[in-house]
Amino acid sequence: MATVRLEFTPEPAHVRTARLVGVAVARRAGVPDDQLDEVRLAIGEACARAVARHQRVGLRDVVAVAFSDGDRYLVQVWDHAGDEEQITDEEQLTVDVSASLLQAIVKDLQVRPLESGPGTEVQMAWPVRRASRLGR
Amino acid sequence: MELSLATRVVAAHTVLEVGGEVDVYTAPKLRERIAELLDSGVTAVVVDLARVDFMDSTGLGVLVGGLRKARTAGATFGVVCSRESLLKIFRITALDQVLPLYPSVDAATAS
Repeated sequence: MATVRLEFTPEPAHVRTARLVGVAVARRAGVPDDQLDEVRLAIGEACARAVARHQRVGLRDVVAVAFSDGDRYLVQVWDHAGDEEQITDEEQLTVDVSASLLQAIVKDLQVRPLESGPGTEVQMAWPVRRASRLGR
Repeated sequence: MELSLATRVVAAHTVLEVGGEVDVYTAPKLRERIAELLDSGVTAVVVDLARVDFMDSTGLGVLVGGLRKARTAGATFGVVCSRESLLKIFRITALDQVLPLYPSVDAATAS
Protein backbone atom coordinates (compact mmCIF):
# COMPACT_ATOMS: atom_id res chain seq x y z
CA MET A 1 0.00 0.00 0.00
CA ALA A 2 1.32 3.44 -0.95
CA THR A 3 0.39 6.38 1.23
CA VAL A 4 0.59 10.11 0.65
CA ARG A 5 0.44 12.16 3.83
CA LEU A 6 -0.36 15.83 4.08
CA GLU A 7 -0.30 18.17 7.07
CA PHE A 8 -1.45 21.75 6.97
CA THR A 9 -2.13 24.60 9.34
CA PRO A 10 -5.89 24.98 9.89
CA GLU A 11 -6.58 27.57 7.22
CA PRO A 12 -9.32 27.33 4.58
CA ALA A 13 -6.88 28.13 1.75
CA HIS A 14 -5.18 24.75 2.21
CA VAL A 15 -8.37 22.71 1.82
CA ARG A 16 -8.21 23.16 -1.94
CA THR A 17 -4.67 21.77 -1.95
CA ALA A 18 -5.89 18.71 -0.06
CA ARG A 19 -8.69 18.23 -2.61
CA LEU A 20 -6.25 18.45 -5.52
CA VAL A 21 -3.79 15.99 -3.97
CA GLY A 22 -6.59 13.63 -2.92
CA VAL A 23 -8.11 13.47 -6.39
CA ALA A 24 -4.69 12.94 -7.99
CA VAL A 25 -3.99 10.00 -5.68
CA ALA A 26 -7.52 8.64 -6.22
CA ARG A 27 -7.03 8.69 -9.98
CA ARG A 28 -3.73 6.87 -9.65
CA ALA A 29 -5.29 4.37 -7.23
CA GLY A 30 -7.88 3.39 -9.82
CA VAL A 31 -11.00 5.09 -8.50
CA PRO A 32 -13.38 5.21 -11.50
CA ASP A 33 -13.51 8.59 -13.23
CA ASP A 34 -17.23 8.96 -12.63
CA GLN A 35 -16.61 8.93 -8.86
CA LEU A 36 -13.85 11.54 -8.78
CA ASP A 37 -16.25 14.48 -8.34
CA GLU A 38 -17.64 12.82 -5.23
CA VAL A 39 -14.15 12.05 -3.95
CA ARG A 40 -13.20 15.70 -4.43
CA LEU A 41 -16.29 16.92 -2.61
CA ALA A 42 -15.91 14.44 0.25
CA ILE A 43 -12.23 15.26 0.84
CA GLY A 44 -13.08 18.96 0.79
CA GLU A 45 -15.90 18.48 3.27
CA ALA A 46 -13.83 16.38 5.66
CA CYS A 47 -10.86 18.78 5.55
CA ALA A 48 -13.08 21.88 5.88
CA ARG A 49 -14.73 20.23 8.86
CA ALA A 50 -11.35 19.68 10.52
CA VAL A 51 -10.22 23.27 9.80
CA ALA A 52 -13.48 24.67 11.20
CA ARG A 53 -13.18 22.55 14.35
CA HIS A 54 -9.65 23.82 14.98
CA GLN A 55 -10.59 27.43 14.25
CA ARG A 56 -13.62 27.43 16.54
CA VAL A 57 -11.47 26.54 19.54
CA GLY A 58 -8.47 28.64 18.44
CA LEU A 59 -6.23 25.63 17.89
CA ARG A 60 -3.26 26.18 15.54
CA ASP A 61 -2.10 22.56 15.46
CA VAL A 62 -1.91 21.02 12.01
CA VAL A 63 -4.70 19.02 10.40
CA ALA A 64 -3.40 15.70 9.07
CA VAL A 65 -4.60 13.77 6.04
CA ALA A 66 -3.51 10.40 4.64
CA PHE A 67 -4.42 9.12 1.17
CA SER A 68 -3.75 5.39 0.85
CA ASP A 69 -3.73 3.37 -2.34
CA GLY A 70 -4.46 -0.30 -1.65
CA ASP A 71 -7.29 -2.78 -2.20
CA ARG A 72 -9.48 0.31 -1.79
CA TYR A 73 -8.76 4.01 -1.80
CA LEU A 74 -8.66 5.12 1.81
CA VAL A 75 -8.71 8.73 3.04
CA GLN A 76 -8.22 9.61 6.71
CA VAL A 77 -8.52 13.12 8.12
CA TRP A 78 -7.50 13.87 11.71
CA ASP A 79 -8.28 16.92 13.79
CA HIS A 80 -7.29 17.56 17.39
CA ALA A 81 -10.02 19.93 18.52
CA GLY A 82 -12.22 19.40 21.54
CA ASP A 83 -15.95 19.93 21.28
CA GLU A 84 -16.79 23.54 20.59
CA GLU A 85 -19.07 25.34 23.00
CA GLN A 86 -21.12 27.63 20.77
CA ILE A 87 -21.45 28.10 17.06
CA THR A 88 -23.51 30.51 15.01
CA ASP A 89 -26.67 29.56 13.12
CA GLU A 90 -24.88 29.68 9.75
CA GLU A 91 -22.02 27.57 11.12
CA GLN A 92 -24.53 25.04 12.45
CA LEU A 93 -26.25 24.95 9.07
CA THR A 94 -22.92 24.31 7.37
CA VAL A 95 -22.09 21.56 9.89
CA ASP A 96 -25.44 19.88 9.26
CA VAL A 97 -25.24 20.24 5.48
CA SER A 98 -21.67 18.95 5.46
CA ALA A 99 -22.67 15.89 7.50
CA SER A 100 -25.58 15.21 5.12
CA LEU A 101 -23.30 15.46 2.11
CA LEU A 102 -20.67 13.14 3.56
CA GLN A 103 -23.23 10.54 4.56
CA ALA A 104 -24.88 10.65 1.16
CA ILE A 105 -21.83 10.53 -1.09
CA VAL A 106 -19.50 8.23 0.89
CA LYS A 107 -20.84 4.71 1.31
CA ASP A 108 -17.91 3.66 3.49
CA LEU A 109 -17.70 6.47 6.07
CA GLN A 110 -16.68 6.45 9.71
CA VAL A 111 -16.37 9.41 12.06
CA ARG A 112 -14.95 8.60 15.48
CA PRO A 113 -13.18 10.25 18.38
CA LEU A 114 -9.42 9.82 18.60
CA GLU A 115 -8.29 7.06 20.92
CA SER A 116 -6.14 9.46 22.91
CA GLY A 117 -6.70 13.16 23.43
CA PRO A 118 -9.33 15.44 21.94
CA GLY A 119 -10.19 15.31 18.26
CA THR A 120 -11.80 13.12 15.64
CA GLU A 121 -10.88 10.94 12.70
CA VAL A 122 -12.92 10.87 9.50
CA GLN A 123 -12.25 7.75 7.47
CA MET A 124 -13.61 7.34 3.95
CA ALA A 125 -13.03 4.57 1.43
CA TRP A 126 -13.89 3.96 -2.20
CA PRO A 127 -13.55 0.82 -4.31
CA VAL A 128 -10.85 0.83 -6.95
CA ARG A 129 -10.90 -0.59 -10.43
CA ARG A 130 -8.45 -3.51 -10.42
CA ALA A 131 -7.74 -3.28 -14.17
CA SER A 132 -6.64 0.34 -13.80
CA ARG A 133 -4.22 -0.57 -11.05
CA LEU A 134 -2.67 -3.43 -13.00
CA GLY A 135 -2.44 -1.37 -16.13
CA ARG A 136 -0.46 1.55 -14.76
CA MET B 1 -9.76 28.10 -10.01
CA GLU B 2 -10.30 31.22 -7.93
CA LEU B 3 -13.72 32.70 -7.33
CA SER B 4 -14.92 35.33 -9.78
CA LEU B 5 -17.81 37.68 -9.10
CA ALA B 6 -19.50 40.10 -11.48
CA THR B 7 -22.85 41.86 -11.47
CA ARG B 8 -25.21 42.97 -14.22
CA VAL B 9 -28.78 44.17 -14.26
CA VAL B 10 -31.42 42.19 -16.13
CA ALA B 11 -35.09 43.18 -16.07
CA ALA B 12 -34.83 45.01 -12.74
CA HIS B 13 -32.94 42.08 -11.17
CA THR B 14 -29.32 42.31 -10.09
CA VAL B 15 -27.63 39.18 -11.40
CA LEU B 16 -24.51 38.15 -9.51
CA GLU B 17 -22.46 35.96 -11.84
CA VAL B 18 -20.29 33.54 -9.88
CA GLY B 19 -17.45 31.56 -11.40
CA GLY B 20 -14.77 29.13 -10.24
CA GLU B 21 -14.84 27.32 -6.91
CA VAL B 22 -17.11 28.26 -4.00
CA ASP B 23 -15.60 26.57 -0.99
CA VAL B 24 -14.60 27.14 2.61
CA TYR B 25 -11.89 29.59 1.44
CA THR B 26 -13.81 31.59 -1.16
CA ALA B 27 -17.38 31.47 0.18
CA PRO B 28 -16.84 34.44 2.57
CA LYS B 29 -16.22 36.67 -0.48
CA LEU B 30 -19.55 35.55 -1.94
CA ARG B 31 -21.26 36.19 1.41
CA GLU B 32 -19.81 39.72 1.52
CA ARG B 33 -20.89 40.51 -2.03
CA ILE B 34 -24.47 39.32 -1.44
CA ALA B 35 -24.62 41.38 1.75
CA GLU B 36 -23.28 44.45 -0.07
CA LEU B 37 -25.98 44.15 -2.73
CA LEU B 38 -28.78 43.81 -0.19
CA ASP B 39 -27.37 46.56 2.03
CA SER B 40 -27.22 48.89 -0.97
CA GLY B 41 -30.96 48.54 -1.47
CA VAL B 42 -31.14 45.97 -4.27
CA THR B 43 -34.60 44.40 -4.11
CA ALA B 44 -34.15 41.43 -6.47
CA VAL B 45 -30.98 39.33 -6.38
CA VAL B 46 -30.25 36.43 -8.72
CA VAL B 47 -27.12 34.38 -8.04
CA ASP B 48 -26.02 32.76 -11.29
CA LEU B 49 -23.93 29.62 -10.70
CA ALA B 50 -23.52 28.77 -14.41
CA ARG B 51 -19.72 29.12 -14.29
CA VAL B 52 -19.19 27.47 -10.92
CA ASP B 53 -17.02 24.33 -11.15
CA PHE B 54 -17.24 23.28 -7.54
CA MET B 55 -19.31 24.12 -4.47
CA ASP B 56 -19.14 22.72 -0.96
CA SER B 57 -21.34 22.98 2.13
CA THR B 58 -19.93 26.40 3.01
CA GLY B 59 -21.17 27.73 -0.33
CA LEU B 60 -24.58 26.20 0.27
CA GLY B 61 -24.67 27.82 3.70
CA VAL B 62 -23.87 31.21 2.17
CA LEU B 63 -26.75 30.87 -0.30
CA VAL B 64 -29.19 29.99 2.47
CA GLY B 65 -27.84 32.90 4.50
CA GLY B 66 -28.38 35.14 1.48
CA LEU B 67 -31.97 33.98 1.14
CA ARG B 68 -32.63 34.72 4.81
CA LYS B 69 -31.02 38.14 4.60
CA ALA B 70 -33.00 38.95 1.46
CA ARG B 71 -36.27 37.99 3.11
CA THR B 72 -35.43 40.16 6.11
CA ALA B 73 -34.69 43.07 3.76
CA GLY B 74 -37.89 42.52 1.78
CA ALA B 75 -35.95 41.50 -1.34
CA THR B 76 -36.34 38.49 -3.61
CA PHE B 77 -33.52 35.95 -3.95
CA GLY B 78 -33.06 33.32 -6.64
CA VAL B 79 -30.33 30.91 -7.69
CA VAL B 80 -29.62 29.89 -11.28
CA CYS B 81 -28.17 26.41 -11.61
CA SER B 82 -28.36 23.87 -14.40
CA ARG B 83 -25.19 21.86 -13.82
CA GLU B 84 -26.07 18.35 -12.69
CA SER B 85 -23.11 17.99 -10.30
CA LEU B 86 -24.32 21.06 -8.38
CA LEU B 87 -28.01 20.18 -8.58
CA LYS B 88 -27.12 16.87 -7.01
CA ILE B 89 -25.76 18.49 -3.84
CA PHE B 90 -28.85 20.72 -3.61
CA ARG B 91 -31.01 17.58 -3.79
CA ILE B 92 -28.90 15.55 -1.31
CA THR B 93 -29.16 18.29 1.28
CA ALA B 94 -32.83 19.02 0.46
CA LEU B 95 -31.89 22.65 -0.12
CA ASP B 96 -33.62 22.41 -3.51
CA GLN B 97 -36.77 22.62 -1.35
CA VAL B 98 -35.52 25.76 0.39
CA LEU B 99 -33.75 27.83 -2.25
CA PRO B 100 -35.64 29.14 -5.29
CA LEU B 101 -33.71 27.39 -8.10
CA TYR B 102 -34.04 28.32 -11.77
CA PRO B 103 -32.55 26.70 -14.88
CA SER B 104 -31.61 30.03 -16.50
CA VAL B 105 -31.26 33.74 -15.83
CA ASP B 106 -34.25 34.34 -18.11
CA ALA B 107 -36.39 32.06 -15.97
CA ALA B 108 -35.17 33.69 -12.76
CA THR B 109 -35.74 37.25 -13.93
CA ALA B 110 -39.15 36.44 -15.39
CA SER B 111 -40.44 35.31 -12.00
